[in-house]
Amino acid sequence: MAKLKPEDLNKIVERMRHQTLLRDGAGRAKVTVHMGTCGISAGARKIMSTLLASIEKQQISDVILTTSGCAGLCSQEPMMTVELKDQAPVKYVDLDEKKARTIFADHVLEGKIVTEFALGMGSERVS
Amino acid sequence: MPTDTSQIGKTKTYRAQLLICAGTGCVSNRAFKVRDALVEEIKKQDLVEEVQVVATGCQGFCAQGPIIIVQPDGIFYQMLTVDDVHLLIEEHLVKGRPVEKLMYIPSKGKPPIPKLSDIAFFSKQRLIVLKNRGLIDPEKIDEYIARDGYQALAKVLTSMTPEQVIDEIKASGLRGRGGAGFSTGRKWELAREASGNGKYIICNADEGDPGAFMDRSVIESDPHAVLEGMLIGAYAIGSEYGYIYIREEYPLAMKRLHIAIDQAREYGLLGDDILGCGFNFDVSVHRGAGAFICGEETSLIASLEGRTPEPRIRPPFPAQSGLWGKPTNINNVETWTNVPAIINRGSEWFSSIGTESSKGTKVFSVVGKVTNTGLVEVPMGTTLREIVHDIGGGIPGGKRFKAVQTGGPSGGCIPESLLDLPIDYERLAEVGSIMGSGGLIVMDEETCMVDVARYFLDFLRSESCGKCTTCREGIAAMHDIVADICNGQGKPEHIGLLQDLAEAVKDASLCALGGTAPNPVLSTLRYFNDEYEAHIKDKKCPAGVCQALIKYSIDAEKCKGCTLCSKHCPEEAITGKTKEAHIIDEEKCIKCGACRESCKFEAVLVE
Repeated sequence: MAKLKPEDLNKIVERMRHQTLLRDGAGRAKVTVHMGTCGISAGARKIMSTLLASIEKQQISDVILTTSGCAGLCSQEPMMTVELKDQAPVKYVDLDEKKARTIFADHVLEGKIVTEFALGMGSERVS
Repeated sequence: MPTDTSQIGKTKTYRAQLLICAGTGCVSNRAFKVRDALVEEIKKQDLVEEVQVVATGCQGFCAQGPIIIVQPDGIFYQMLTVDDVHLLIEEHLVKGRPVEKLMYIPSKGKPPIPKLSDIAFFSKQRLIVLKNRGLIDPEKIDEYIARDGYQALAKVLTSMTPEQVIDEIKASGLRGRGGAGFSTGRKWELAREASGNGKYIICNADEGDPGAFMDRSVIESDPHAVLEGMLIGAYAIGSEYGYIYIREEYPLAMKRLHIAIDQAREYGLLGDDILGCGFNFDVSVHRGAGAFICGEETSLIASLEGRTPEPRIRPPFPAQSGLWGKPTNINNVETWTNVPAIINRGSEWFSSIGTESSKGTKVFSVVGKVTNTGLVEVPMGTTLREIVHDIGGGIPGGKRFKAVQTGGPSGGCIPESLLDLPIDYERLAEVGSIMGSGGLIVMDEETCMVDVARYFLDFLRSESCGKCTTCREGIAAMHDIVADICNGQGKPEHIGLLQDLAEAVKDASLCALGGTAPNPVLSTLRYFNDEYEAHIKDKKCPAGVCQALIKYSIDAEKCKGCTLCSKHCPEEAITGKTKEAHIIDEEKCIKCGACRESCKFEAVLVE
């Protein structure tokens, strides 16, 4: 095993960043895939693994990927919600893997909302 | 030596992590079984690529174990069993619905609190020493480095002289967390100034106070922080070799320490030419046999050298002549762990926390008659009331608080009237107790203070090394007197005799064991004199503990005749028909209390 130099410590910090971020629960962006029974049967699991693969492949370290229950619009599943820091959340509907990759590249990474797949902005609060 | 470090422990990306507490408390509540079940269930639900299970060190909330925190959501689950695993994974991780029934409920009837950060037990704490607890896998060095681990070491090796390091620690106001509270920076300075080569440093992990488990938990949850602190100390003092003296009874802590040392050596963080900066240091782990006296530094050194652990007169101090006659610096686990944080964030930051005389935080193991038993870290100056009631959640079963004991067998019992005392070294000494290493035992109205004094004397009597007559004979004599009082044979003159003996033991014993041994007696005499009086004059134990002085009876009005007590009585001393009041035969009763524990109507009385 290689012996470390002082600057190698920061390399390890960088490499571990996504893990650290996950544990602190704070990122630049949060992507929620809706995983109710409806979402799962419509293919939400595939959307989830596609997004996870994108994060891993591109070594993205500041995006949190999480799940939540049914968003109430079962006919338009799979759905996902993208929340950039200090911005209103955007819901996307009728997803497939290709759309998910586009949304990830354009909205999550570049900050451009993909209006053609978006349902609307804001979120219905459930107390 | 190759320097390509890009491939070390490649990380995979997950969307969620289950941080399961693997401290000794949770492990004994079958945390490893739960962990295995989680891993199995994750496989079954095809989530292996998405969800990771991480075993962390002690989360501190030992009363609620086994514990899991699901990140990034920050949801806290408690008291998990293997049977809960399927539901937890399917609901929370597949469907994204946190499971309410597994969450923490602050008190009966209140709604559950989903997030760890909202639970009072956690939100009132301030973590410096325990900053990585529950957040890293203590068996993986990369996880420690990811949270700024070894940055402080790199900083001192590349940009600070040993003198600057000592000045920084001095300026921080850090004092020894083992109990005595001597300035850590000053201690280092004495060792640095001492002439002679081959200096040693020692980490004292011989935690001996009954009910104390701070050091064990720190090592179990963050072993690299201890090593990093020692490395920095070694650089400051000019030492190339160190020992960690840890008790044999801590197998998990020892295992994690060995793993940490091996990994640090692989990374070149221990050994020769550390971080390529020309500094050499290595450590070995010494297993102590678990004698209380070994917490005293000269005894610990004697034990390390293979001799009988007996204290010796100081001076010479270990800083001048310690292990094998070489200048030696000893600090306790918690003290060492504070060091990297001070170097990283600066002495000014550290000294802004705490009180005038006591800086930083203190870790306490809160045990006894308190709802949230566990490990807590609070700023110096926090009041005992905040620890017992806000963080500790108060006394269970609606009982009344009576006293809190700090400092273990060397400490004292502090009554309710002093609960608003802000904790620091001086304030605790003023009221007749000590900071000690951080054991904190909560006692309720059903604790007899005379019996508590007897318990600690009994402990000290068997732990006294026997070198000083006052300690060896004096503690034994005090124990016999207090035991007599508990047995109903107390005489009024016993109180004065106890006080005289206490003074003699305190004044004429060589080390801190004897010097502080009378504290439990003196503090209970000071604050709970009425209980001694009741035992001696009225031959009564107000708390209903001392068997010779109590009598069990059944309240005929409250008794429903459920027969439960008679079934539990080992002596068949309870008679009575179903649905009629029962009676205890005093002749047969051995006062074991089994009836009282079994009664659901509080009908069994003690007086």
